[in-house]
Amino acid sequence: MIRTLLKQVKGYKKDAFLAPLFTALEVLMEVMIPFVTASIIDKGIESGNIDQVYLYGGIMLIMALFSLIFGILAGKYAARASSGFACNLRDGMYENIQSFSFSNIDKYSTAGLVTRMTTDVTNVQNASQMILRIAVRAPLMLVCSMVMCFFISVRLSSIFLTAIVVLAAALIFIMAKTTKIFAQVFQKYDDLNASVQENVSAVRVVKAFVREDYENARFAKAAEMLFRLFVKAEGILALNNPVMMLVVYGCIIALSWFGAVFVVAGSLTTGELTSMFSYVMSVLMSLMMFSMVFVMITMSAASGRRIAQVLEEKADLRNPEKPEGNMEDGRIDFNHVSFSYKHGSGERTLSDIDLHINSGETIGIIGRTGSGKSTLVSLISRLYDADEGSVLVGGKDVRTYDMELLREKVAVVLQKNVLFSGTILDNLRWGKEDASEEECREVCRQASADEFIENFPEKYNTWIEQGGSNVSGGQKQRLCIARALLKKPKILILDDSTSAVDTATDAKIREAFAKKIPGTTKLIIAQRISSVQDADRILVMENGRINGFDTHENLLRQNEIYREICQAQMKGGGDFDQTDDTGKERT
Amino acid sequence: MDAGKKNKTDMRQMVKTLGQVLTFMLKNYKFSFLVVVLCIVGAAMATLRGTLFMQSLIDDYIVPLTQAKEPDFTELKEALFALAVSYGIGTLCAYAYNRIMVNISQGTMRNLRIQLFSHMESLPIGYFDTHAHGDIMSVYTNDVDTLRQLISQSIPQVINSLVTILISFASMVILDIPLTLITAAMVSVMILAASKIGGKSAVYFARQQKALGQVNGYIEEMMEGQKVVKVFCREEKSLEQFRCLNEELRDSAEKANTFSNITMPVNANLGNISYVLCAVVGAVLALHGYAGLTLGTLVSFLTLNKNSTQPVSQISQQTNSIVMAMAGARRIFDLMSEKTEEDNGYVELVNARENADGSLTETKERTGVWAWKHPHKAEGTVTYTKLKGDIVFDDVDFGYNEDKMILRHIKLYAKPGQKIAFVGSTGAGKTTITNLINRFYDIADGKIRFDGININKIKKSDLRRSLGMVLQDAHLFTGTVMENIRYGRLEATDEQCMAAAKLANADEFIRRLPDGYDTVLTGDGANLSQGQKQLLTIARAAVADPPVLILDEATSSIDTRTEGLVQEGMDRLMKGRTTFVIAHRLSTVKNSDCIMVLEQGEIVERGTHDQLIEKKGRYYQLYTGNSIGA
Repeated sequence: MIRTLLKQVKGYKKDAFLAPLFTALEVLMEVMIPFVTASIIDKGIESGNIDQVYLYGGIMLIMALFSLIFGILAGKYAARASSGFACNLRDGMYENIQSFSFSNIDKYSTAGLVTRMTTDVTNVQNASQMILRIAVRAPLMLVCSMVMCFFISVRLSSIFLTAIVVLAAALIFIMAKTTKIFAQVFQKYDDLNASVQENVSAVRVVKAFVREDYENARFAKAAEMLFRLFVKAEGILALNNPVMMLVVYGCIIALSWFGAVFVVAGSLTTGELTSMFSYVMSVLMSLMMFSMVFVMITMSAASGRRIAQVLEEKADLRNPEKPEGNMEDGRIDFNHVSFSYKHGSGERTLSDIDLHINSGETIGIIGRTGSGKSTLVSLISRLYDADEGSVLVGGKDVRTYDMELLREKVAVVLQKNVLFSGTILDNLRWGKEDASEEECREVCRQASADEFIENFPEKYNTWIEQGGSNVSGGQKQRLCIARALLKKPKILILDDSTSAVDTATDAKIREAFAKKIPGTTKLIIAQRISSVQDADRILVMENGRINGFDTHENLLRQNEIYREICQAQMKGGGDFDQTDDTGKERT
Repeated sequence: MDAGKKNKTDMRQMVKTLGQVLTFMLKNYKFSFLVVVLCIVGAAMATLRGTLFMQSLIDDYIVPLTQAKEPDFTELKEALFALAVSYGIGTLCAYAYNRIMVNISQGTMRNLRIQLFSHMESLPIGYFDTHAHGDIMSVYTNDVDTLRQLISQSIPQVINSLVTILISFASMVILDIPLTLITAAMVSVMILAASKIGGKSAVYFARQQKALGQVNGYIEEMMEGQKVVKVFCREEKSLEQFRCLNEELRDSAEKANTFSNITMPVNANLGNISYVLCAVVGAVLALHGYAGLTLGTLVSFLTLNKNSTQPVSQISQQTNSIVMAMAGARRIFDLMSEKTEEDNGYVELVNARENADGSLTETKERTGVWAWKHPHKAEGTVTYTKLKGDIVFDDVDFGYNEDKMILRHIKLYAKPGQKIAFVGSTGAGKTTITNLINRFYDIADGKIRFDGININKIKKSDLRRSLGMVLQDAHLFTGTVMENIRYGRLEATDEQCMAAAKLANADEFIRRLPDGYDTVLTGDGANLSQGQKQLLTIARAAVADPPVLILDEATSSIDTRTEGLVQEGMDRLMKGRTTFVIAHRLSTVKNSDCIMVLEQGEIVERGTHDQLIEKKGRYYQLYTGNSIGA
């Protein structure tokens, strides 16, 4: 994990090197300055020599100036290195995600990826900056001070060696105790936030059932629980500071006593004793810094791991070495194809699909949720690779095509489709970057979108909000269809893409397809019989297998599932009105 | 000039917010907080005593001892013992304030969360319509988090530093006034430098926060649409745009961190300069014998000088986190001061028993008979009206804001037990009408009467309890299936819940779940299909057993078999109840007692299915539109 992360330092190696260097120089100044202050007192003030005061005062001013310069440089480079590192981490993740295949994408939730690229990166950034500045400072101070102490008196040094052991033991104990509780705390914290989220999105249910008080009580209970856990963990953490003080104070008293004894016995001078005091302080300070770094690292380790996971994720679909540069026509062949989302689990989503579709045919696909309709069509544009058998488009295996070409020629309107923030034109031009406005208009007419777009005050320049939240479900679907049409594909796949469009418009769109793009092979997945019944052939899916593949009339006669679906919808189960929206009717 | 003014108001706002935070904290923890302050003072005094003792250790104890012929250590022993005691007290104080502070900060967080949540629950639906859910969530996560840091870390640190500064200055004044003035001058220079750097840093931190927000938004949008990006081969373009935003974030982060990183060295070295100044001036004064300054005092003074500059840099380090926390705190208090739902209703819904003469008596237990308890203030009497489910809209107008009416002149009535269907295209106002009955929104003009009572007079909670709702988006809560059904009526027994599930056709699939009715649902029922979720929401409404129902038929694609189950469940639920249904299915519409066809906020046609077909109007169009190819 660490290696994966460190690779991302890239162009900021120089800064990452300079920051600790200047920190080291700054520490050197800091270690030396007490010497000078001691000299001001010993040689200047106590002996009443004003010249010495001037001299050492001058030296100290110069050192302070250097210390200042080094400090500023160290701070600057550390900031540069860590923010550059963070930037590279985000960039690396984002770039890698772009190479993800659909099955890679399925592994992560949107929220998970967003947290990784923001909160987690920020954690690592802060930790790295801390490490850059302290990782040098603490050991350097520790080593310098220890050496000086032993130099002065080995016997006295043993006092604070004991102190170090005691302090380290106490810190480790505290850390071990709290990390476990903290893990629990964060779990509970997530749960609490999840319940807030639920209440925000289901506020209508809460209010309709008058459950405000009930929810309040539930929330209060959860908040109380979180409070208890936090107090438990932080209560132990509160020992940190007093333990540190206790050890320091113990050292001071022991040093005072033994120091006095040694001085009286003549084995130590008073000046040496004074120096000992300041070194003991810096030794303990650096230990404290170590513990801080330790906490920082443990806290950001989880974040680092989550980032490394994304960086190390390998795209499982690759472009062929010598890709086919041309697609002949819109023929589609499935040769005994089997597929499973969890490879090797035995749970097959598709089994033994053998299917042959002619170029220019219109195929309807119908079947229950989970019967494998969406999976089937996603193999055509190679969103996933088949486990067994082969999928051929235009007579050639999809794995031999350049992926970009394949997806250019096979347009898919996904079931869970999205629009992006930008104007309607911007969104449409995803299909073809340099499309003229007239081209855009034409595809919108085919997708029956032109009419409502013209009704918007800004027409084709209407701004679409993120996710298309300011257009209705049916409008969104029609825009998505138009966007796909703009590619002028050889194969067009609609995955339940007209479910929110009223039946009349739905029929109009299909009519336009038949007239305007007769050469394009069209695959239409739908729940409504009316959407598929006039297709050339209809594919009935059941449990990942082909249950029937024939015309409407034949299926009605021979296929039980198809007949059942038809009957259910004919007797009034179908949609009635323009089922365009999802509850919110505000504009 | 303008910027200065803006800064001033920002500053004032910040101080005000800080005041609010402190008031909120002190409300429950006045005494504890006082103890904390006292303990901090105690701990600081102990530290100071130690520092001063170091000075006297050599001069007053060791030097005389070395000169004595027969060194007597008793005095030193006593002095060290006294020091140990004061250190002991200091450590205890430190533990006490650290420990109490945990309770204060976590307790305040708990109270804040609970108050925030209960306030949010009391806000009108309109608030949730106009505020992005992500923004509301961020108040609970980011803003409360930064506030926690403020209370548990920054506040004690600042108090600690202030106390140390005050004590040091007091001791300095006692030792020597001119030197204190020099130190004070240097400290003000430090504060000035810190606030200058802090101000710069705050500007860049704000910029960083903004850039982070943009990056966040972009990632969110693109990750949500990542599959579309793939299908359209837009990877390069998407990466290119991301790089621009990412670079902006890096730049602002670098500048912000640079400024906050240099605060420490600048302050520490200003402290060094202050030390040198005092040493030189002090030495000159002492050597010339001015103002009675002795060398011994000068040495002690210099120690204090060092002690007093450190906390100044500590405070300046905290300013950044305080500024950031204040922005969060402001959002928290903004949410807490949002106007809550108004409720001036006084008519209550009570259980009743019907007497032989047809009059009603209020009872405590559930009888299945409900009555509206209507107190008349003027006469001081109470009347009871039986709840029947008779609803009348009398020329109702409504708009989400005053200048744009969504519904106009809505007139309709529903007799008890009748089924009223609303049909019409999107945006015609179907959902809005149903939201007016349960007062999610208040009407602008006209009247809505429930059993002859103006619904404005009915307590909102009682009004809503009398109305069952099955919404289009099937929302479930984290908890077991049983708990989710019981949501409809908290005191329902397991048997009643199961009966409701059976009625809703949900029983069969629930039993097939791994733990049956005890299966835990998470993430809005993520492990259930859309159809199953709908069955559960029907069961939830069924267990509530309300006299009036509002149904919003779902339009999402459920497979035909499940849809049949949902339909059947809904039909059973509607039996014998006044029902308003936003209809999408032909069968529902056909079976209605009255169909309202809505168009752009007005009822354009009304009648039964047959009447409307005959009329060959808008309904006929919709109906035949459906039959294209059917």
